[in-house]
Amino acid sequence: MTTILEKPGYNPDKQYKIVGTSPVKHDGFDKVTGRAKFAADAFLPGMLVGKFLRSPHPHAILKRIDISKAEKLPGVKAVVTRDDFPEIKAGTGGGDMTRLVMAREKVYWEGHPVAAVAATSESIAKKALKLIEVEYEVLPHVIDPLEAMRDDAPILHDYMRTKGAKGPAAEKKTNVVERLELSKGDIEKGFAQADLIVEGSYDTKPMHQGYIEPQSCIASVSDDGQVDLWCCTQAPWVYRDRLTEILKWDSSKIRIQQSELGGGFGGKTTFYAEPVSIVLSKKAKAPVKMTLTRIEVLRGTGPVSGTASKLRMGCKKDGTIVAVDAELVFQTGPYSGSAFTNAPQAMLTRYEIENVKTVSFEVVSNRPKVSSFRAPCVPQVVFGVEGLIDEMARKVGMDPLDFRLKNAIVEGHKTIYGETFTKIGFVETLKAAKACDHYKSPVPKGQGRGIACGFWFNRGGETTGSMALAPDGTVNIILGTADVAGSRMSMSMMAAEEFGIPVDRVRSQLADTNSLGYNRVTAGSRTTYSSGMIVVDSARKIIAELCRRAAKMWNVPEEGVVFEDGHCRPASSNVGDFPPLSMKDIAAKTTYTMGAICGHSEMNVTGAGPGFAVHIVDSEVDKETGLVSIKRYTIVEDAGKAISPLQVEGQFQGAAVQGIGWALNEEYIYGADGKLQNPAFLDYRMPVASDVPMIDTVIVEVANPKHPYGLRGVGEVPLTPAMAAIANSVGACIGIRPSSLPMSPPRLLKLIEEAKAKGLG
Amino acid sequence: MPDLRYEAPGSLADAVRMLAAAGGPTRILAGGTDVIVQMETDLIEPELLIDIKKIPGLHTITAENGGFRIGAAVSAMKMMDHAALCATHPGIIEGVKLIGSIQVKGRATVAGNLCNASPGADSVPPMITAGAIARVTGPNGSRDVPVEQIPVAPGKTSLAKDEIIESFFLPALPRNSGGAYQRFTPRTEMDIAVVGVAVNLTLDGAGVCTAARVALGAVGPTVVVSDECAQALIGTKVDEAALEKLAAAASAACRPIDDKRGTKEFRIKVAAVLARRVAQQALERARHIA
Repeated sequence: MTTILEKPGYNPDKQYKIVGTSPVKHDGFDKVTGRAKFAADAFLPGMLVGKFLRSPHPHAILKRIDISKAEKLPGVKAVVTRDDFPEIKAGTGGGDMTRLVMAREKVYWEGHPVAAVAATSESIAKKALKLIEVEYEVLPHVIDPLEAMRDDAPILHDYMRTKGAKGPAAEKKTNVVERLELSKGDIEKGFAQADLIVEGSYDTKPMHQGYIEPQSCIASVSDDGQVDLWCCTQAPWVYRDRLTEILKWDSSKIRIQQSELGGGFGGKTTFYAEPVSIVLSKKAKAPVKMTLTRIEVLRGTGPVSGTASKLRMGCKKDGTIVAVDAELVFQTGPYSGSAFTNAPQAMLTRYEIENVKTVSFEVVSNRPKVSSFRAPCVPQVVFGVEGLIDEMARKVGMDPLDFRLKNAIVEGHKTIYGETFTKIGFVETLKAAKACDHYKSPVPKGQGRGIACGFWFNRGGETTGSMALAPDGTVNIILGTADVAGSRMSMSMMAAEEFGIPVDRVRSQLADTNSLGYNRVTAGSRTTYSSGMIVVDSARKIIAELCRRAAKMWNVPEEGVVFEDGHCRPASSNVGDFPPLSMKDIAAKTTYTMGAICGHSEMNVTGAGPGFAVHIVDSEVDKETGLVSIKRYTIVEDAGKAISPLQVEGQFQGAAVQGIGWALNEEYIYGADGKLQNPAFLDYRMPVASDVPMIDTVIVEVANPKHPYGLRGVGEVPLTPAMAAIANSVGACIGIRPSSLPMSPPRLLKLIEEAKAKGLG
Repeated sequence: MPDLRYEAPGSLADAVRMLAAAGGPTRILAGGTDVIVQMETDLIEPELLIDIKKIPGLHTITAENGGFRIGAAVSAMKMMDHAALCATHPGIIEGVKLIGSIQVKGRATVAGNLCNASPGADSVPPMITAGAIARVTGPNGSRDVPVEQIPVAPGKTSLAKDEIIESFFLPALPRNSGGAYQRFTPRTEMDIAVVGVAVNLTLDGAGVCTAARVALGAVGPTVVVSDECAQALIGTKVDEAALEKLAAAASAACRPIDDKRGTKEFRIKVAAVLARRVAQQALERARHIA
């Protein structure tokens, strides 16, 4: 059957009734009243409490684990260690995954799980953990990625050789997972044409996703090997397939039900306690619930990569950027998986630059393995790029937005990674930024203004969904993609728009892994786009079926029936004088026609249009203490088409707040002993409500031609320029543009003193 | 790890008896905003929790000798809602307001803030500069102790195992006195002081400072009460020269450490900045509070 992918049919003239409005989310009431069930709200009779024993050392050989005393403690039903997991070769995808969940030969970070206990109460489980004897041979550790790259650094994995390295570097033991070059043109030729060359070194710190809901799961394993798993996840099918791989279990016997998600931001694309709770449940023959504490979340689950970058850029007097040279280092924790390849692809994609050279390195070290986070690895590098672009604009005497307009890409641009863009909205976004009230207002006295731009690909991928018409004419949508930010409501809205019925007559549910085909992870800003395709396709299939049923009921040819505003009508008076049949009229009679009416769709969705954003920030700096206050913040971004403008604004605003945290205060603080010193929100300083101003938004709509409603993903683009824009505004305040994150007061105070000493600011 | 026992005695005498009889570690539970969190994160494993909130008389703020007596179970929010206390002791209220969130303030007490013995406790420096006296009850009756003598090291107090803080006395302030407290934190709230400074000062009819107390939080193992800082103000009109001297004395009085909340160097610099700002605010208040 053909799908809308083959004939997308975006219609710019269509007038919408529901798309583009912002009705109250159907899941909103439950969330506001506390009725919504998050993972930790699940309960099963006879359930046990599972707890982790974690390594106190950042790097050590795991010589011996003795669980005999813990097993004998009354109330303890199971204790598991590496011995309870199938052996998978180290250095392979599955090998890394199983070692991340439970240490085998070595522990690689402070907090690495070495054992787990299931007991009848939390206090018994905690007592049992103290009875487990572990013998470690402590090894030297390395935390910082640049130190990990040095020849004398402690080596984490003896087997590691740098992928993509040439010559002798390819043969030696190393902490560098990969060296990747992505280039175009000839930078020497490019720099030779430059009238101005600017350069800088930048570093950013790993940042935790900071979701409110800690990971929690319940596993229940039957004697015949059926696994039921309830958990908070962005990736039920990915979890299932990885569980199949590391536990050597049939996929069909693993049923995963996703709960309401209390935030994910990319952090819930990787499992931690889930496989362990399954192994504990199998051994204990009872359901096991594991809920991480906040300390465990910060110590044990993924932040996003910290980076170090060296950048050099050149432009002509007229502002044309002619060359970029970049060396980028990404910290990944003890195992590969930083998605660092996003960075060289996305860092400059918005500008037309002929000569680019990028060399990227992914580096392991003794800290928690990184996980995804909104546009993984891109904001960190944009932080430097947009600082240099600002500097070039200033030095050639151009308005910062005009400078970017001068270099902006348009439809037909061939990217450094090979894609050729169809209709894109970067120029429109820049022009909207120029025209917005914030940019037109003078910078208030004592404040500094910064702007920066960002890009994200937006993704598609494998997606499956279903839709069913109930006898009362209401519609139920069954989705596999997790709802991280209100996507269920957007799906209901798109279906209601297709049918021409009130959105309250449509509800969207999240399926378990046995109820639908494969759904790729909810990540990459793909969900509203991809599942939106599925929903529109399924709705159109139901509409076609409704017309067939009406034809049957009227005993007329199918082509004699049209569907509009929730009703089947005769296509013309020639067909006959039939009163319109509502969806309810037809649905109530399906027993007498051909049975239930359902729509279904599965696609490997392509054509997610890229997105671009401009951030404008006004900030003020207390020059005696280094304290930054963000005074005004505006995000201008192309959403293609905002299905629910309120939710799109929420995405923009949330990203700005996370960007403010990353820019100003969030960082992991390690002691010389390699232990994390601030695994709590008290000292891991995410912004609180009073730290941020109201974030203003301007939604630009340059339709994505591949989607029936023209939408583009909006989840990740708005984080990409955040720290760059904030740093540019702080630089305007103090006279030196910060190059190191976070711009915490002690760091900034030093920079202020440096600026004063140089007579700047 | 023996099981935890919870008791809620109806009198101070019972509470003291229970403390004296306990074999293992004990904790007094007032608001619980430190104790419960420390238990949850396995920092402490008490065997006995004594909840003092059922003891009559510990929940009141009463007038006494022109000043106030504040019961040990009085919440931060209750202090913030007390109009007369807010009018005479704005510095203490500034400190109290900075404790945690609104929800935390509904539970947390100044007695708990003091006995947690964190050098960064926000209510402690302004209590010290206001001359607050703690009334400590034990098996042999009560004794009055200046609040600065309660914490002796991070997490440690001078209280004996069977002693409880019953109340605080805030003496009446002389005419033309003013107090203020400010702290530095990277966030606007829900944070722990990197540096905190409290100043109380008294002016004579000519606007000359006749008495001053200055306390610095989070720059040493306990709150630093600096006589040098006070002397920088006394006998002056708290003019630019005095403020300059105060700032230098504040930096000199710091004995900070480098930790996750701030560097030594930063704390020393910011103590000077805050001392100057807080003194100016206290001066302004002394001029206007009769």
